Amino acid sequence: MSNATIADKRPGALHGARLPKWSPWAIAAGSLLVAVGIGAGAGLDSKVQWGLIAALLFLFATYGIAAYVEGRRQAKDRIATGLVWVAFLVALVPLVSLVWTTISRGVKVLDVYFLTHSMGVVPDSQPGGGIYHAIIGSLEQVGLATIIAAPVGILTAVYLVEYGRGKLARAVTFFVDVMTGIPSIVAGLFILSLMLIFDMEPFGFAGSMALAILMMPVVVRSTEEMLKLVPNELREASLALGVPKWRTILKVVLPTSIGGITTGVMLAVARIAGETAPVLLLVFGNRFINNNPFEGAQQSLPLYIYQQYAQSAGANAAYDRAWAASLTLIAFVMILNLVARGIARWKAPKSGR
Amino acid sequence: MKLQRMNRRAIALGALAASSALVLTACGSDDNGDSSGSSSSASASTQAGSIKCNDAKGQLLADGSSAQKNAIDAWVAQFSKACGVQINYKASGSGAGVTSFNQGQLAFAGSDSALKPEEVTASKKVCTGGQGIDLPMVGGPIAVAYNLSGVDNLVLDAPTLAKIFDSKITKWNDAAIKKLNPDAKLPDLKIQAFHRSDESGTTDNFTKYLIAATPDNWKYEGGKAWQAKGGQAAAQSAGVAAGVKQTNGAIGYMELSYVADGMKAVSIDTGASAPVAPSSDSATKAIADAKVIGTGKDLSLQLNYTTKADGAYPITLVTYEIACDKGNKADTLPATKAFLTYIASEDGQGLLNGLKYAPMPADIIAKVRTTIDGLS
Amino acid sequence: MDITTQNTEDTPPPAPQPTEAEQKRNARGATRPGDRIFLGLSRGSGIFLLVIMAAIAVFLTYRASLAISKDHGNFLTTFEWNTNIQPPTFGIAVLAYGTIISSIIAMVLAVPIAVAIALFLTHYAPRQLRGPIAYVIDLLAAVPSIVYGLWGALILVPHLTGLFGWLNDYFSWTGVLSWDEGPPRSMLTVGILLAIMILPIITNVSREVFRQVPQMHEEAALALGATRWEVIRMAVLPFGRSGVISASMLGLGRALGETMAVATVLSPDFLIHASLLNGGGGTFAQNIASKFSEADEFGRDALIASGLVLFVITLLVNGAARLIIARRAEYSGANA
Repeated sequence: MSNATIADKRPGALHGARLPKWSPWAIAAGSLLVAVGIGAGAGLDSKVQWGLIAALLFLFATYGIAAYVEGRRQAKDRIATGLVWVAFLVALVPLVSLVWTTISRGVKVLDVYFLTHSMGVVPDSQPGGGIYHAIIGSLEQVGLATIIAAPVGILTAVYLVEYGRGKLARAVTFFVDVMTGIPSIVAGLFILSLMLIFDMEPFGFAGSMALAILMMPVVVRSTEEMLKLVPNELREASLALGVPKWRTILKVVLPTSIGGITTGVMLAVARIAGETAPVLLLVFGNRFINNNPFEGAQQSLPLYIYQQYAQSAGANAAYDRAWAASLTLIAFVMILNLVARGIARWKAPKSGR
Repeated sequence: MKLQRMNRRAIALGALAASSALVLTACGSDDNGDSSGSSSSASASTQAGSIKCNDAKGQLLADGSSAQKNAIDAWVAQFSKACGVQINYKASGSGAGVTSFNQGQLAFAGSDSALKPEEVTASKKVCTGGQGIDLPMVGGPIAVAYNLSGVDNLVLDAPTLAKIFDSKITKWNDAAIKKLNPDAKLPDLKIQAFHRSDESGTTDNFTKYLIAATPDNWKYEGGKAWQAKGGQAAAQSAGVAAGVKQTNGAIGYMELSYVADGMKAVSIDTGASAPVAPSSDSATKAIADAKVIGTGKDLSLQLNYTTKADGAYPITLVTYEIACDKGNKADTLPATKAFLTYIASEDGQGLLNGLKYAPMPADIIAKVRTTIDGLS
Repeated sequence: MDITTQNTEDTPPPAPQPTEAEQKRNARGATRPGDRIFLGLSRGSGIFLLVIMAAIAVFLTYRASLAISKDHGNFLTTFEWNTNIQPPTFGIAVLAYGTIISSIIAMVLAVPIAVAIALFLTHYAPRQLRGPIAYVIDLLAAVPSIVYGLWGALILVPHLTGLFGWLNDYFSWTGVLSWDEGPPRSMLTVGILLAIMILPIITNVSREVFRQVPQMHEEAALALGATRWEVIRMAVLPFGRSGVISASMLGLGRALGETMAVATVLSPDFLIHASLLNGGGGTFAQNIASKFSEADEFGRDALIASGLVLFVITLLVNGAARLIIARRAEYSGANA
C-alpha cells in the first residue's frame, strides 16, 4: 500500500521540519490547563469529563500542530503514540489502585506472628490469629497439583508438537482449548461427586486434583507454544547424527525450551494458587494446622480470604486479615514469578533471537 | 524413569514447594495464647472448669448456617481450651450444611430452618437406626439497617417494610414513613432497598415475618431465595452491609452483628406499647412466644412473627444444630455430645448476649438439654 | 530444506514437517524401545486429558439431565431460578444474556487497551521501563480473582458514581446508558471489573507475540521511510493478529467463567434490563456461587445444568476462535 504515501510530497530534504522533543509534554500540559479552564468555567463537576476533554484536546492539538509542521503521516504517528500512552496511563490507574489498596490495608496486621500462627480458637470477629495453616494448605495443595499437572501437561504438549498428527492429536488440541474454559467450580463439583461415590471426607489432596484439572490445559498450551519455537534445525541435526527421537526430545528439544516451559508452569501455578471455588467444596477449610494433605480438612489462602470477608460479621479485624492474606498470596505469586523469570533467563538458549 | 528426567525441573520445583512446606511445619503454631480472648472471655477461666469433656478428642467437622458463626467461634474458643478438641465449623450456609450432613461428612450441621421431611428421610441413611433432629440453640434478631443522613431514629411497621422492599414505597419522604416518624426530617431521596443475592436463611426468616405480619402487602411465597422484583442485591450479609454503608438512602436486612458504624437499626412498630429495637433481650422475648412443633426428639420451633408482646422483636431467626438422635458416628459422638452439652449449658448460652445473639428461653433450652443427654 | 528455514523465520513451525524421508525415519525410530515407551507416555498423557474431559462432560450431562427433566419452566427461556419450590422453576435466559453481555463489554474495553499496552511495551516505552512494567503486568495477571472482588466491591463501586452520572447525563437517550441513580453495581460495573482483570492476560500474550515479529520486517518497513505507526500497522499488527485473537480468547475464557469478582460487585436479579447502568441480571458463574451454598441435591443439579451451558458456550467460543485463527493464519505473518 505504502509506495504512494512513502513517496511523499516533501521535496528534497531527508528530514522535514520536526517538532522539538518536548512538544508532546507541552501539548499535554496545555490541553490539561485548557480542560481545567473549560471544566471550571462551564461548571462541569464531573472529573471524568475534565479528563475526557483534556484527552480529546491533547489528541486534536497534537494532530493539528504536527500536521501543520511535519505533515499528515507524522501527525498520524504522533496520534498513535499519544493513544498508546493514554491507554497505558488509563490502564495504570485501576491496577495501581488495586496494588496500593492491598498493600496499604494488608500491612496493618502482617507480621511474623500472623505468618506463624493459625486462627486456632480466635473468633473471626476478634483481632489476632494468623494464616500459617492457610499457607501450609495452599503450598501443599498447589504443590501436589503441580506434581500431577506439570508432567501430564508437558508430555501432552510433547505429543502434540513432536508426534501428534491425525484425529487423536486434533481431538486433544480441541479439548485442551475447551478445558481452559471449564468454570473452576465445575471442576470442584466433578471431584466432589467422585468423593461422594467413594464415601470420602474432605481432604487437601481432593483440592489438588481439582486444581490439577484446571492447571493441565494451561501447561499444555504454554508448553506447546514454547516447543514450537525450538528451531527445526536443532531437531534435524540431532536426528541426522542418529540420535533416537526420544533422546532428541529429551536432550535437545526440552532443554532448549526449558526456560519457557518453566515460566509457563509457574504462571499456571500462580493462576491456580488463587482459586477459591473448588477449594471451598473440597478441602473444607480449617482453623487449625493440618500438615497432612491426604487426611482431614485443610485451609487454603484464597478460601481464608473469602471466609474472612464473607463470614465474619463485618468485623474490621477480619477485613484486615483478609487484606493481609491477599498481600501474602500476591507476594507468594510474585516470588514464584521471579523464580520463573530467573530460571527462564538462566536456561534461555543462548542462540535465541 | 525417563519421565522423571525430563521433568526434573518441574518435579524439583514441586518438591521444593513440598519440602519448604515441611520445613515450615516446624515453626507454625495453633496456640494463640491469651490473644484468643473474646469480648466475653472475662469468665473464661471459671468456665473452662465447668465444661465436661467426656473423653472427647480429635477434630469435629461441622458446617452450616453463617448466621451463628460468631457464636460458634466463641464457644469453640472456650471448649477447645478446656477439652483440646478442635471443632472446625465452616459457615458455608444452611443448605450446604444439611446436604453435607446427609452425605455423612459432618459431625453436626447448623441450619437456620428446620429439616424438611425429605431431608429427614435422607438423614436416615447416615443415622443408622435414627434420624437427624433439630436442636434450637442460637437466636438472633434480624436487624433492618438503614443509612440516611440526618435521621437517627427510624420506626417502621410491617406493611411499610413490605412496601419498601417490594418497591411500592420508593421515596424516604413517603406519607406512610412520615406517619410513623412525625419528628424525623425525611429527605426527598430514593430508597435503595438491599436484599441478599445468594440464598439464605436470613432472607427466609425475614420474608416469613413479612408474610405472617402483613400478607396483603407481601404476596410472595417466601423461601431462601429473594422473590420480589426490584431493589438492590448483594452477596452475603457482608455485601449487604457494605452496600448500605456506601449508599445514602439505603436500607437492608442483616444479622444484628453486622450493624456497625454508618448504619442504624430500624425499630419495629409491632402494635406493642412502644416500637421495639433489635437486641438480644427483645429477640429472646419473641422466641419465648414460639411453639415446639417437632415430633419425637425433634425440637423445631414455630416462631410467632406477629407477637405483640411488649419489648419483643418479631423479626428473629433461630439456628438449629442438627445431629442424629441415634446412630451418630462412634468416633465423633463423645466430642459432639460434649460440645452440644456445653453450648446448651447456662455458661454456653450466657456467652450469646455479648455477641448480639439471643439465648434460648429457659423452657426450650431445658428440653434441648434433655434431648442432648439422650444422643447416641 | 528451504521450507523449514522459511518456517522458523516467519511463523512458529507447527511441527517438524512430515516429509517422506522423515516419516520413514519416524517409523524406524518408533521400533526402538525407548521411542515406543516415550511415545506411549506422551500419547498416554494426551489420552488421559481426553478421558478427564469426557468424564467431566458425562458427569455434567448426567446431573444436568436429572434437573432439567423436572424443570417446570422452560430451561432456556424462563426468567426465574427457584429450585426450592414445588414444582421447581428455573431457566438460564437471564444468565446467558448477562454472561455474554458482560464479557462483550469486558472485551470491548480490554482488547484495544491491552493491544495498546503491548505495543507500548514493545515499541514505545523507554527501554529501561519495559522490563519492570512487563513484570508488574505479569504479576497482575496472577492476582487471585477474590482480591479483584474485594477491591471491586470496596474501591471500584463507590468510584463509579461519577462516571455513571456522566454517562446518564449525555447518553441516557440511547436507553442503554440510562441510570436510575442506584448504587453503580450493574452489568457495566461487571464489564469494567472483568476488563481490568483480563487486561494483564491479554497484554501479556500479545506482548510475547509482538516481540516475535521478525526484526527484518520492521527494518524493511523502516528502511522504506515508514513512521513508527506505519511500521506497526504494516508489519507488527498483521503478524500478530492471530496471536492477539488467541490472547483475547484466553481473556474471554476467564471473563466468561469468573465467579467471585462478579458475585461481589453485581446486584443481580432475574430480569433482562435494557440499561447497562442499572443493577440487575446475572451470570452463570455468579449464579452458581450465589445459590450453591443453600442448594439441596436437586438445586445443585440445576446449577450444574447451568454450568453445562456455560461449558457449551465456552466450547463454541473456542471453536470459533480456532476457525478464525486458522483462516487468518494464511494471510498473517508470512505474506504480510
